[in-house]
Amino acid sequence: MKWKVSIFMAFMLSIVLVLAACSGDGSADPEATEGDDGGTEENAGEEGEAESEGSSEGEGEAAEEGGVLVFARGGDSESLDPGSTTDGESSRVTRQILESLLDFEKDSFEIRPGLAHDWEVSDDGLSYTFYLEEGVTFHDGTPFNAEAVKTNFERWSDPEHEYAFTDDGYVYAMYGTMFGGYKGDEGHVIESINVVNDHEIEFVLSQPLGFFLQNMAMSYFAITSPAALEEHGAAINENPVGTGPFKFVSWTKDDSIVLEKFEDYRVDGLPKLDEVVFEVIPDNAARLIALRSGDIDIMDGLNPDDAAVVEQEEGLKLYTRAENNFGYVGFHTQKPPLDQVEVRQAINYAIDKQAIADALYAGYATVAKNPLPPSYMGYNEDTEAYEYNPERAQELLAEAGYEDGLEIDLWTMPVARPYMPDPETVAQIVKNNLADVGITATIVRHEWAPYLEKTMQGEHEMFILGWSGTNGDPDYFLSSLLHGSNVGSSNRTFYENEEVDELLDQAKRAVDQEERAELYKEAQALISEDSPMATLVHSRPVLATSSDVLNYVPHPSTSESLAEVELAN
Amino acid sequence: MFSYVMRRLVMLIPVLVGMTLITFSIVHLIPGNPAQVMLGETATAEAIADLEESMGLNEPYLVQYGLYISDLLQGDLGTSLRSKAEISQEIWPYIAATFELTVFAMLFAIFIGVNAGIISAWKQNSWFDFLAMLFALVGVSMPVFWLALMEQWVFAQELGWLPAYGRENSRDPMAPITHFYVLDSLIHLDFARTWVTLKHLILPSIALGTIPMAIIARMTRSSMLEVMKSDYVRTVRAKGSGTFLVIYKHALKNAMIPVLTVIGLQTGVLLGGAILTETIFSWPGLGRYVYEAINYRDYPVIQSGILVIAFIFVIINLVVDVLYKLIDPRIKY
Repeated sequence: MKWKVSIFMAFMLSIVLVLAACSGDGSADPEATEGDDGGTEENAGEEGEAESEGSSEGEGEAAEEGGVLVFARGGDSESLDPGSTTDGESSRVTRQILESLLDFEKDSFEIRPGLAHDWEVSDDGLSYTFYLEEGVTFHDGTPFNAEAVKTNFERWSDPEHEYAFTDDGYVYAMYGTMFGGYKGDEGHVIESINVVNDHEIEFVLSQPLGFFLQNMAMSYFAITSPAALEEHGAAINENPVGTGPFKFVSWTKDDSIVLEKFEDYRVDGLPKLDEVVFEVIPDNAARLIALRSGDIDIMDGLNPDDAAVVEQEEGLKLYTRAENNFGYVGFHTQKPPLDQVEVRQAINYAIDKQAIADALYAGYATVAKNPLPPSYMGYNEDTEAYEYNPERAQELLAEAGYEDGLEIDLWTMPVARPYMPDPETVAQIVKNNLADVGITATIVRHEWAPYLEKTMQGEHEMFILGWSGTNGDPDYFLSSLLHGSNVGSSNRTFYENEEVDELLDQAKRAVDQEERAELYKEAQALISEDSPMATLVHSRPVLATSSDVLNYVPHPSTSESLAEVELAN
Repeated sequence: MFSYVMRRLVMLIPVLVGMTLITFSIVHLIPGNPAQVMLGETATAEAIADLEESMGLNEPYLVQYGLYISDLLQGDLGTSLRSKAEISQEIWPYIAATFELTVFAMLFAIFIGVNAGIISAWKQNSWFDFLAMLFALVGVSMPVFWLALMEQWVFAQELGWLPAYGRENSRDPMAPITHFYVLDSLIHLDFARTWVTLKHLILPSIALGTIPMAIIARMTRSSMLEVMKSDYVRTVRAKGSGTFLVIYKHALKNAMIPVLTVIGLQTGVLLGGAILTETIFSWPGLGRYVYEAINYRDYPVIQSGILVIAFIFVIINLVVDVLYKLIDPRIKY
């Protein structure tokens, strides 16, 4: 009998709890109502600056005020040594700890001073002199100077260098890609580095490189303390020491990376925050829940479908990053029937790009007409887009001798990428579009790594892929994807057009940026005519923050400095 | 007893060697190479070749296996291709995280499961029995990820009672000592923090423990019903002992043998296979470690990670076998 009573009590208790849970209303969080100043505008980065200027600069005492910012993302960093990784999640963190000679503007790829406050380029484009900030120290207390810069660049370029750690598996892939190889390679552009004095350094190039300054602003080429390289050796990837606004504190793998304010940061009054914690929350829905419950302040990688809800929600703010990528359907231009330009153009006309943009990106994408994001220098506004036109497609197919239709393989990628959140659905839409003009497409699927390998080797006919920018220069898009010398590597369309190659080469060597822009525009016109790929969309990745986060400006590269970010209250 | 344990430990060696062979083969059968995955779609062919070479992946498989085994025999689990860190050092926090979660999940599962099973058997065909067994059926059938997301939605987002993710408060991290966070907070004599870490354990423990709890409840019930019908229980009853005493003192010991087997197996499963719970609750455990490694084709981590999981599994089974003996002295090895 007693048992029965206690069980009954337990049962009642649980019912009460459940009822209590139901009546609790969602916005019960008292903090959520305080941040009503921000509204939900996108990129509201400038607000709150006025009040922040006043915040005390007093040392020590102010420690209470900055607060801890928690930034949640989907995956962990690979390495905290920026030079030896190409991983965006790594650069997002290292960007706070280490700095490069130059920097990008907050919301674009325009160059601004970094560790070098000024620079000069010789007329022939073969010598770049950088004037370095004085009185800057690394987090370990050693001085930042020209010698440190030289050590870093030599470390990346020379596999034999004492700090290259080649035997420990270090490879500086980004350096090789951006500077044409390594020491001794034919295409390697940095011939020598001369330390003029402590605060002046000269880079002598073997041939002009139009995007040399863009490269210098990349977070992958940030300067590490040589003393730390000596001290930590190959463990430098877990012990980053730079000159940036935040110092590295600890890293629990697949969990969190903790950074704290560097009190002696070279810019007075920065950083505003005391601590930054980068959390890994792999599940998209869980990350949004954590943001709503106030456990985190910024969440990267919001699902575009959730954006509309977040935009309306009190206490949250929605941001978008500027377009820095594009997704495309590529054609193997050397395989019949895709070696015929009419067929490629026909397919390009047959694909309804707007439908793809609307269906999959919830409006956070624009239709692409060039293989280059619109904000880039040299973007060709005048390119004629291949507007959806099935009739025109059928005409072109008839011209090519395929009035009775044709069969073709369409490869699709297995993973979601920022430029392609749902490649499977894109493949289905393309397949249906092609069926309308009499082309029977068979969808072929491979795992991600084999997909990349096989498309590099040219086993495909049509394929779906995309590209993301990293140094903000057109060369990284156009040459990597469409220069004949990159066939068998990153040029997966096997597109070879001598005229285009010539233009891209000239643009790469030119120093005058306006001249380069013209050359790239010309190249895009030719490429569009040849239609080696059907460019689909440029996506604008969305992310959300609590409305307490002020001065946050997302950068198109996905890595932004958090030095000026503040927390309200 | 001692010789039995020694014998079992010696038998462990061929099992583990077999494991290495199987994982090594499977790992190298997964298509795609790590250099390609790590560098992504924007990699050049040269960059991939360079990275491949530096990882030692252009050696023949047999040579790679030989190197792996000889390192292993010297107690070296290898080096992660991705993070370039020693796996033997890197893996510890993951083991601790998984272990802590498993312990709490199993405590929850055993406490609720065994008691619910006992009461169901005792009050067979009562409303409690029906309710508990219905609940157990739902528990076994419920997808873990769904339960986990519902928990987060109700208790973290709507009520705000419990944290939605992680092992501790991100805004106030602690310097780990053993990486068992509850233990660490006790060592720091920071009891407020102990409470925080315990709160972080509640939701994932329930999500992870629900399936084992349901299985244990069903097992306990049927095993208990069996024992309750046996002669000695009838004798004890005839002596006039109260029902409570009959069940918890006399019947339970015998009923626990099959339950213990289930508990042992389930614990092993949780240690290696908590990947869903670990992903949704951002719990940096062994399952995630190996899962991420598979994504990146980080061969040494996959091999050593699976080896460690297999090792733990075998050890737990050994412990269970020893426990049989403690519970039932009639069992001889």
